[in-house]
Amino acid sequence: MNSFEYGAPTSLPEAISLLSPRWGPTEILAGGTDLVALMKDYAVTPRRLVSLKRLPGMGAIAWSPSKGLRVGALATLDELARHPAVVRHYPALAQALGDAASPQIRNRATVGGNLCQRPRCWYFRNGYGLLALDSRKRSLVLLGDNRYHAILGNGGPAYFVSPSTIAPTLVALGARVRVAGPGRSPGLPASRLIALESFYRAPTKEGQREHALRPDEVLVELSVPPPGGSRIAYYEVRQKHGFDWPFATATVRLDLAGEKVASAVVMMGHVAPTPWRSREAEGALAGQVPTDALAAAAGRAAVGPAKSLGQNGYKIAIAQVAVERAVLLAAGLAAGAPWQEAAS
Amino acid sequence: MSAYDWPPAGQRRILGTDVARIDAPAKASGRAAYTHDVRLAGMLYARTVRCPHAHARVKKIDLSAAERIPGFKAAFVVQGTGTEIFWAGDDVVAVAAEDEHAAEMAMRAVAVEYQVLPHLVVDSSADVPAAFSKPMDPELVGDPDGAFAKADAVAEGDYGLPVITHCCLETHGSVAAWGKDSLEMHVSTQAVAGVPEQLALALKVPQSQIRVHAPYVGSAYGSKLAADRWGLSAAHLSKQAGGAPVRLVLDRREEQEVAGCRPSTYAHVKVGAQKDGTLVAWQSTSWGTGGLGGGAEPPLPYLFRIPNQRRQHTQVVNNIGSARSMRAPHNPQACLVTLGALDDLAAKLGMDPVALLRKNLGLLSAHADVYAEELGVADKLMQWSKRWKPRGTMSKGEVRQGLGVSMHAWPGKAHPFQCDLTIQPDGTVSVRAGTQDLGTGTRTVMAIVAAETLGLPVKAIHVAIGDSAYPVSAASGGSGTVGGSASAVRRAAVDAVAELLARVAPALGVAASKLELAEGSVRVKGGGPSLTWKQACSKLGGLPLSVRGKNPGAGALADSGVGGVQMADVSVDVRTGVVRLHKLVAVQDCGLVVDRKTTTSQVYGSLVMGIGYSLYEEKLMDQNLGRCLNPNMEFYRLCGIGDVGELVVHLMSGPSYDRRGVIGCGEPAVISPGTAISNAVANAIGVRVPHLPLTPDRVLAALSGATP
Repeated sequence: MNSFEYGAPTSLPEAISLLSPRWGPTEILAGGTDLVALMKDYAVTPRRLVSLKRLPGMGAIAWSPSKGLRVGALATLDELARHPAVVRHYPALAQALGDAASPQIRNRATVGGNLCQRPRCWYFRNGYGLLALDSRKRSLVLLGDNRYHAILGNGGPAYFVSPSTIAPTLVALGARVRVAGPGRSPGLPASRLIALESFYRAPTKEGQREHALRPDEVLVELSVPPPGGSRIAYYEVRQKHGFDWPFATATVRLDLAGEKVASAVVMMGHVAPTPWRSREAEGALAGQVPTDALAAAAGRAAVGPAKSLGQNGYKIAIAQVAVERAVLLAAGLAAGAPWQEAAS
Repeated sequence: MSAYDWPPAGQRRILGTDVARIDAPAKASGRAAYTHDVRLAGMLYARTVRCPHAHARVKKIDLSAAERIPGFKAAFVVQGTGTEIFWAGDDVVAVAAEDEHAAEMAMRAVAVEYQVLPHLVVDSSADVPAAFSKPMDPELVGDPDGAFAKADAVAEGDYGLPVITHCCLETHGSVAAWGKDSLEMHVSTQAVAGVPEQLALALKVPQSQIRVHAPYVGSAYGSKLAADRWGLSAAHLSKQAGGAPVRLVLDRREEQEVAGCRPSTYAHVKVGAQKDGTLVAWQSTSWGTGGLGGGAEPPLPYLFRIPNQRRQHTQVVNNIGSARSMRAPHNPQACLVTLGALDDLAAKLGMDPVALLRKNLGLLSAHADVYAEELGVADKLMQWSKRWKPRGTMSKGEVRQGLGVSMHAWPGKAHPFQCDLTIQPDGTVSVRAGTQDLGTGTRTVMAIVAAETLGLPVKAIHVAIGDSAYPVSAASGGSGTVGGSASAVRRAAVDAVAELLARVAPALGVAASKLELAEGSVRVKGGGPSLTWKQACSKLGGLPLSVRGKNPGAGALADSGVGGVQMADVSVDVRTGVVRLHKLVAVQDCGLVVDRKTTTSQVYGSLVMGIGYSLYEEKLMDQNLGRCLNPNMEFYRLCGIGDVGELVVHLMSGPSYDRRGVIGCGEPAVISPGTAISNAVANAIGVRVPHLPLTPDRVLAALSGATP
């Protein structure tokens, strides 16, 4: 990797002052599990790293029944997964966290870093750019091997899939992130709250990022409202037990009124350039009594708009099953299903 | 019976027991220094400029910017202007600098212009432009057309395995240091005695002036037999830098891209049998790539000498990097193509595939009795007879169970080996050999054999290997090291005992022929005075006792030709296409077992590697770019501990196996997993998934009736 300056600020204003107003010259270092690999591959070439390690209180996790969960951006995935409040009140999140990457990475990677990590698209990682265009502006993804690429929201030019395995679940939980950037006067940062659902975006130009963070902003905190009476389940399909990316994930949140679904949130992961909300599946569930047939209908509805890029058609079948099974899990209809036993 | 022969079963103290590898503490504690760990005073770091194109000609090389990088020390042009490069990642220029960062910056500052030439990096079809295709002559045995016409059942199918890589934990690399007129190198190699010759030829240095060290090697699997371009680069750079040591080790990307591919094989097969399962006819159209050199023809049909055959193979000659031999070369490929087809034939006949294999054991060229016995043992360990049901009927629902069987053969013949066994007057014993331990247990085997023969504990034997200055032994390949090392050490130790008795006899006042070495002491046969080992050695009179042991040599100590049977138990989620391996049973013959523990470990390792290539591994090439898309451990996926299921290893033993002597076991067990698992998946879901690895896309495609 290239040489770089290393900034270790001890306050948030100092950290912000060290960041460039443009993407490229500076990068924020948290756990480093993604950034260092990106730098080794020259996929990013910052001249300065701004480490958040010495900022006070950035790793705290707090829970209150009225306000829910507040997670400092530097809390590690493992710390959050094991936190008693997460285990008790947000089991779907605990599961998504526990399935991410490997134990070593979960011990090191931070929640903020996970939410801001860059796509795993092999054209991007091999140095062909985020949008992977060749010299004639043709997409290398469409011309080449797209077996792991997007099946939804894949009208281009971004075809990668959003890599965070926890973001879709956090969106389903109604999470927000607090970001801090330069204020009106130096030393006095301005902060804003962004609903996680609107945090992610599919870039349309090379050099853009996959989220709403500005180059000189720091993701400071994640907040998750109390889960209330919702029934939430997470299901992912991947091939290996550990250290493998899912083909598709689904997080389903059901609010029941009597026997019927009053409202549903269906979030899909690893299927689109952003965490993907399926209004179609939500529509299929609303007002209905959960059954096996309804779960299947929700799965079909979720992949209604999906399209294959050539080699990733199988992901459509898998994403459909993920939504179907997440509905069954959320509705309490999955007990004894062979696929549940097979997964344990 | 020769004095060298192995002691009979009742007289073995250590042979065939479970002995933990003697270098385990050194490895587990990090004290074992691998090539990657070598750090010498004043050492420079080297990196290699690699061609970004799959096929190109070097037009111009400009080193000037690299030479201006602070810390730059030397550059060596590996393939200069005008050279045609045949794969992406091939070495063009190597540079050395004071530290790793400076070396990387200098490497990136080298400017190379290329003329880009047409390339092919895929091999999914034999239908490729003529420049990339070498069709071989069809081969005919008997009358296949007549035999197919008369067959009661004919099965037809497609089978294939893609190019995979060796994934050595320790990447290829070396540290080179020139003296005044000599070269000393640390090399991660499986040929410590062979590399000096390669270096001498290439560097035009007398071979006697070259010394290679490889005390510990972080695996090789057939990919570390050569000095390699990067090894020569390290030597050249050291010379240019006035003899400063130069460290050149590949990073993971380079390792995956250029340090070895296992050739692919794809085939369309037709196989016919009589109603009772007797095989009568075989027809195969196959292709595969071994990269530029070809060399990818698998031995078809595997094991079974079917009386009527038509075979045609096409070499796809493409730009994917150098093919290297990989653990049981060509055998996993031939095994899947053949025993996958036989499994499909059994399904067509409505037969248990184990019965079909049994029916045809007469078509094997050897060891039919071994396979018959092994099939029985595997059956018990897997409960096959009780559990097996015809294809697609094991279970219903979204998750289906399946069982599969496979069998394989491997020569494992002992290779040439020499060692010096020395007994010091203080009683210490050392054995030295110019061999290497790739992680297999060579050190431990040498210590066991010496200890057994000398009547000492294993820990009393000091083993020194991994140095080309030691007695010359062959490269570790073909599973030949265990037979070679065990035989040579046995001969040395037997001779050492004879010499020890002869030199000690005067002290006891009897003829040497009246003495024996037993229970750790030298004593007069039939009772009388005796000396402890230490006392006896002290009578050597100040002169150590040193004997050379060789293989080949006298006595029947080793053999070749082993058989193995494996059975797999899987479940398949037919909605997602995810295959889970529950259990893999490996029943393996390897003659006389020297160390049951490390031999079993070898089989475990083979199974884990086999599960990897069955379910996950594939070197993915982008035809557009001519480059590998997954030169990393993220998308080149190996199995993790949670993916391997239950592994059951049974080593065949008893007089009929022992009497054959030692036979290599490093490779055979890697042959069958792909076939056993593929057959189990077919049994589970009712259709064949033609190509490995059995990833969800392939499984779902097969379930939907797609053809490859």
